[in-house]
Amino acid sequence: MAILLSQIVFIEEQAAGIGKSAKIVVHLHPAPPNKEPGPFQSSRNSYIKLSFKEHGQIEFYRRLSEEMTQRRWENMPVSQSLQTNRGPQPGRIRAVGIVGIERKLEEKRKETDKNISEAFEDLSKLMVKAKEMVELSKSIANKIKDKQGDITEDETIRFKSYLLSMGIANPVTRETYGSGTQYHMQLAKQLAGILQAPLEERGGIMSLTEVYCLVNRARGMELLSPEDLVNACKMLEALKLPLRLRVFDSGVMVIELQSHKEEEMVASALETVSEKGSLTSEEFAKLVGMSVLLAKERLLLAEKMGHLCRDDSVEGLRFYPNLFMTQS
Amino acid sequence: MEPGNLTPESKLLTAKYKERGTVLAEDQLAQMSKQLDMFKTNLEEFASKHKQEIRKNPEFRVQFQDMCATIGVDPLASGKGFWSEMLGVGDFYYELGVQIIEVCLALKHRNGGLITLEELHQQVLKGRGKFAQDVSQDDLIRAIKKLKALGTGFGIIPVGGTYLIQSVPAELNMDHTVVLQLAEKNGYVTVSDVKASLKWETERARQVLEHLLKEGLAWLDLQAPGEAHYWLPALFTDLYSQEITAEEAREALP
Repeated sequence: MAILLSQIVFIEEQAAGIGKSAKIVVHLHPAPPNKEPGPFQSSRNSYIKLSFKEHGQIEFYRRLSEEMTQRRWENMPVSQSLQTNRGPQPGRIRAVGIVGIERKLEEKRKETDKNISEAFEDLSKLMVKAKEMVELSKSIANKIKDKQGDITEDETIRFKSYLLSMGIANPVTRETYGSGTQYHMQLAKQLAGILQAPLEERGGIMSLTEVYCLVNRARGMELLSPEDLVNACKMLEALKLPLRLRVFDSGVMVIELQSHKEEEMVASALETVSEKGSLTSEEFAKLVGMSVLLAKERLLLAEKMGHLCRDDSVEGLRFYPNLFMTQS
Repeated sequence: MEPGNLTPESKLLTAKYKERGTVLAEDQLAQMSKQLDMFKTNLEEFASKHKQEIRKNPEFRVQFQDMCATIGVDPLASGKGFWSEMLGVGDFYYELGVQIIEVCLALKHRNGGLITLEELHQQVLKGRGKFAQDVSQDDLIRAIKKLKALGTGFGIIPVGGTYLIQSVPAELNMDHTVVLQLAEKNGYVTVSDVKASLKWETERARQVLEHLLKEGLAWLDLQAPGEAHYWLPALFTDLYSQEITAEEAREALP
């Protein structure tokens, strides 16, 4: 089933909604008298709707719009019965009617395939070279391991930065770069500048996930990888910057202002819980204006320090002041 | 020469060997630096011809990632890496990471921090808008694997041919995940289901289901016919419910 592009007046998108898929509405000219018979004898409507159940509407709309702009069919000769009898011309394929369109599509597909296979070929060649780099780095790492102590600090830093560029894990320590590259040091200093104000706004503490989103949204491009962020944060304390990375027992990672004393916050958390009798993480988070994640960590810390005890039931995890401690 | 008793001559020899070792490493570093520059040029050439392919073609991205993994290279490890800088793969995945975090956060109150890959995919596409590039489920998985480094509990749990994405640091061991897999079929399980399918004792089944309740991943339905149903909101969105706007809800009332 096919419709000539020249039949199209204009197209419009209809966004997906509840229970309905995304659509493209294609408004058509009246059918020409010599039209081939189709699925329906006639229709009240002068448009058809293309329904996209899954996706693809963005790409389809874009390509169709392009074709509507280029109007390439106007450069082709109008279908003439004489021409179709002559068969394909040597050297040039005359595109005529629907058969012509299909042939053009096939050409385009072949060309796209050719592009893809060329891309894959080039990719394979590239990977061969990349593999050489990996092998070389392994051999250097072995040398470094053997000559432990005889490799200068400088050379180690150079090596690490080469690994960083290639995306090769450090063959000696197995960690991806760990600390010590210039890039991460610079990044750490930048972060200290960027995060000061947001941290103050949020009570001195933010989860690393929040930081990742905040920093990358602000950058817009040349974004940080999660590992970049973690590795830079690991250097904060060593560089004596006013922030530090802290890892809770649960594995949750946060950035705190140096001036922030979570243990002191625990004391105020205890007051809040006592006032209300008992609180869940969600309730506490709402009261204090924190994320549930960090609220939970604070309550867990309070529990660890002996100020709170828990009631863990199917109705949720609830914290009470630890009366065993305060009343004896 | 007795061991442990080095003469000045032998000390000098040892020192010379060590020095030679350092020189060898220096040579190799210089070689690596040169090869690195060459590689950078090759990559630039590749990028000028095929950068679009990476951006437009999810299939190609998969191939690219698989090849990198095979040779031991992680193109997403750092935004400062060549791959990221020249091919732009980094920004694509790191931004996707941000979008994934935001979707999971927005829906956490409903599903406790557990969501199917399908639903996550739909929501991310919705958030990206009409003019953004298409992302595949494979892209999401790769972005999530990177997010694990941030420590806030991102996990990928295989269930019945697809995946559940965990975005909170809830403790989920093998017992929990296998029950989640069991629940995938109907969106809920009962203690009897668990006992029958997994051949567990009642106590073990109950403990696992209670843990899921406590973590907010399951809801208890005591009014279900027969025994209590443990529903997984992460799973039943597709099967049973529809999201409606406040307006539609008002209109639906008589």
